[in-house]
Amino acid sequence: MATLPSTPADAPPGLAPDTIEAPAVVARKPGLLRRLLRNWSVLIGAVIVIAIALVGLAAPLLTPADPSAINPSNRNKTPGTQITERNDEGQRITRSAHMGTDSLGRDVYARVVYGARVSLIVGLSAAVVSVAAGLLIGLVAGYFRWMDAILMRIMDGLMAIPAILLAIALVSLSGASLLTVIVAIAIPEIPRVVRLVRAIVLTIREEPYVEAAISVGTPTPKVIWRHVLPNTIAPLIVQATFIAGSAILAEAILSFLGVGLPTDIPTWGNIMAEGRTSFQVFPHNIYYPAIFLTLTVLAINMLGDGLRDTLDPRMAKKV
Amino acid sequence: MPDRAAPDPAAPVLEVRDLSIALPRGGDRPNAVSQVSFSVAPGEIVCLVGESGSGKSVIAFSAMGLLPKALPVVAGRIALQGEDLVGVSEERLRELRCTRMGMIFQEPMTALNPVMRCGDQIDEVLAEHTDLSAAQRHARIIEMIEQVHLPDPPRMYASYPHQLSGGQRQRIMIAMALILGPSLLIADEPTTALDVTTQAQILKLVKELQRERGTGVLFITHDFGVVAEIADRVAVLKHGELVEMGPTREILTRPRHAYTQMLIRSVPSHDPPERTPASADAPVVLATERLDKTYGSAGLFGRGRTVHAVQDVKLEIRRGRTLGIVGESGSGKSTVARCIARLIDPTGGQIRLLGTDIASMPAGQLRGLRRKIQIVFQDPYRSLNPRRTVGQSIVEGPMNYGTSAADALARARRLMALVRLDPESLDRFPHQFSGGQRQRICIARALAMEPELLIADEAVSALDVSVQAQVLTLLADIRDRLNLAMLFITHDLRVAAQVCDEVAVMSKGRVVEHGPVGQVFGNPQHAYTQALFEAAPGKDFEFGSVAAA
Repeated sequence: MATLPSTPADAPPGLAPDTIEAPAVVARKPGLLRRLLRNWSVLIGAVIVIAIALVGLAAPLLTPADPSAINPSNRNKTPGTQITERNDEGQRITRSAHMGTDSLGRDVYARVVYGARVSLIVGLSAAVVSVAAGLLIGLVAGYFRWMDAILMRIMDGLMAIPAILLAIALVSLSGASLLTVIVAIAIPEIPRVVRLVRAIVLTIREEPYVEAAISVGTPTPKVIWRHVLPNTIAPLIVQATFIAGSAILAEAILSFLGVGLPTDIPTWGNIMAEGRTSFQVFPHNIYYPAIFLTLTVLAINMLGDGLRDTLDPRMAKKV
Repeated sequence: MPDRAAPDPAAPVLEVRDLSIALPRGGDRPNAVSQVSFSVAPGEIVCLVGESGSGKSVIAFSAMGLLPKALPVVAGRIALQGEDLVGVSEERLRELRCTRMGMIFQEPMTALNPVMRCGDQIDEVLAEHTDLSAAQRHARIIEMIEQVHLPDPPRMYASYPHQLSGGQRQRIMIAMALILGPSLLIADEPTTALDVTTQAQILKLVKELQRERGTGVLFITHDFGVVAEIADRVAVLKHGELVEMGPTREILTRPRHAYTQMLIRSVPSHDPPERTPASADAPVVLATERLDKTYGSAGLFGRGRTVHAVQDVKLEIRRGRTLGIVGESGSGKSTVARCIARLIDPTGGQIRLLGTDIASMPAGQLRGLRRKIQIVFQDPYRSLNPRRTVGQSIVEGPMNYGTSAADALARARRLMALVRLDPESLDRFPHQFSGGQRQRICIARALAMEPELLIADEAVSALDVSVQAQVLTLLADIRDRLNLAMLFITHDLRVAAQVCDEVAVMSKGRVVEHGPVGQVFGNPQHAYTQALFEAAPGKDFEFGSVAAA
């Protein structure tokens, strides 16, 4: 039976005693955070996304108005009009409607500000849900070859249905609520995540270090967790930002089509839907939410592009 | 200014004088190449030899004007037949390439455009630089393809690169480089990616064409066997500096510089040393019987294509002995190793580990036996998980089998010392180690399992000769100290000669010859084995026996 030498001094007489080698000292690469902040599109994207998130969080502080309070006397006011209304104590107060009011007299500014909440929640949750589900399915499909054919055909089937139609169908099946909208938007995104993860797993499982782990007896779940999974993180973060961007758009489309969240929960999509009929006379109902929507999606995509350049070595500029 | 149309015939084809090329900031040294001077005369083959990172390819690329902007020439001159190439316009360089200097590359797989027929790719060169008609060009190309000894030139003309073998592609590259009769041919490791028999043919071809045409050749290689085979003069590079230059015989037999001596001493000798014969009472650690591996199976629709990667392989390794499997790429030698390690499942046959057949053992039962067979892979850069410290990599195996973290770590420290690395560096990450150091870490990881059988699958093939020598010594040493059985897979006959007690020669999935190393190397019986030895570069030259001056 092979036995190991018991002390370092027992090491074989090699070329010379000084052949005990320490690795070369390598200059450390600048930290990830620093590299990220050096990237302009990450910086700009992140600042805008954080700003929008703060707007959503601080909505009650930014406007005293109730976003779903209907006020027939203040219908279709143009931006900047002074409107008067009664507050909770019954006192009459006058304030400026920065973005005007809609056809039911609701304050557009309040609705847009509160709408940021729904958009970001939907974007973030849809990204998390689809990435989590996609990661699981992708790992299984990539690592266990006999599952591959079955899972990937299901994914191909899902991809054959236009995403927004599938989402509409899913929402109509179960009634519109925040949860169903998120799930309905997330499901069509899953196949793309699965394909990404599976492709990575297929290349990583052939790496000698994975084979080495197998031959030192590491159980399969550990092999996947320790050696395969970490390689998917960076591309998945990038993919998640793009999913978040398109989920926000998808939510807006669903709401605009009237199959999304009910109008008492303001979202950028249903504000625009509300303003669609009187767009030519009162365009402010459309373009304020549209500006926020565009800005948010643009910022998220910039963030995603920047993250990809920084995190994904294949896309990084070569020296 | 020299007349551009009529180059000076007496001048050296290539003259490099005091050439310095800067590395980008943050490199391991300020210059990729510093103050290198040498020349190539007409009709002469000059070899640039050096280990990886010595700057030999940088010199080749600088002569062709193909250096990336990050590597600027900061001093010196490169003269092609008297005309200085440093700072010359891109347009003039384009004129000179192919007409006066041609280049062949290491990877014949990627140097050709996969969507263009080979003939058309050569035709591009002619159409760009000559006024010949299409018919004349076609005739010239067919003639050239004939000269590089490719069979059936019209068919070769019409073939796409993927339809040709590596050697054939390299011949097409040579035809393309030489079709305009350049006076200088730059060959950057043109045979490194090829099998030894193909390599011998390509070397012969380069020599033959060079002699016929009087071309000056600058030949870049890391292989002293190739140098002995082809070079008239040799220039030895170390860290971007030229340490020694002279006629081939002179350098190979009487190297003056310590670095050259070390390099040449590191080249394993082709003659196997005396071996003690196997003692019959040493237990058989591993035996395979009728081992088969077939890839592909009948498709769902109609007949699928099947490949017999390994057929009917019978091997036996006793404790304390090393069995080598040698063969060219595609011979199935790695497949045998991976079957034995059960990284892939064999299609048929038996693999007996200490008498127990593991060939078709289910994964659950196999787990207990896996630790007895450990494998070291070829590529040191991919064998360690870059995200885990080397310590984590080494202790992973023992901890899988219930060793406590403290014990596993103590063992890892002993093993680091055993492979002559600093035990204090266990918390470093793989990228902080060199290739040779990483390979030693992989050996330590394998040994941490206290295996009975150590498989080295081309474990030294990716290493420079000096590092290779160290790792080979270490492996032999460890085998003796721990009394292991070792299965050593290699394509390099020199390495096999030094390491193995017995060798099995594989060709097309079968073992064609098998026996003690002295017998197989001294008196090969099978025609394939004989061809393999015949093709080994520098076989007439005795390496590994150079005395320090």
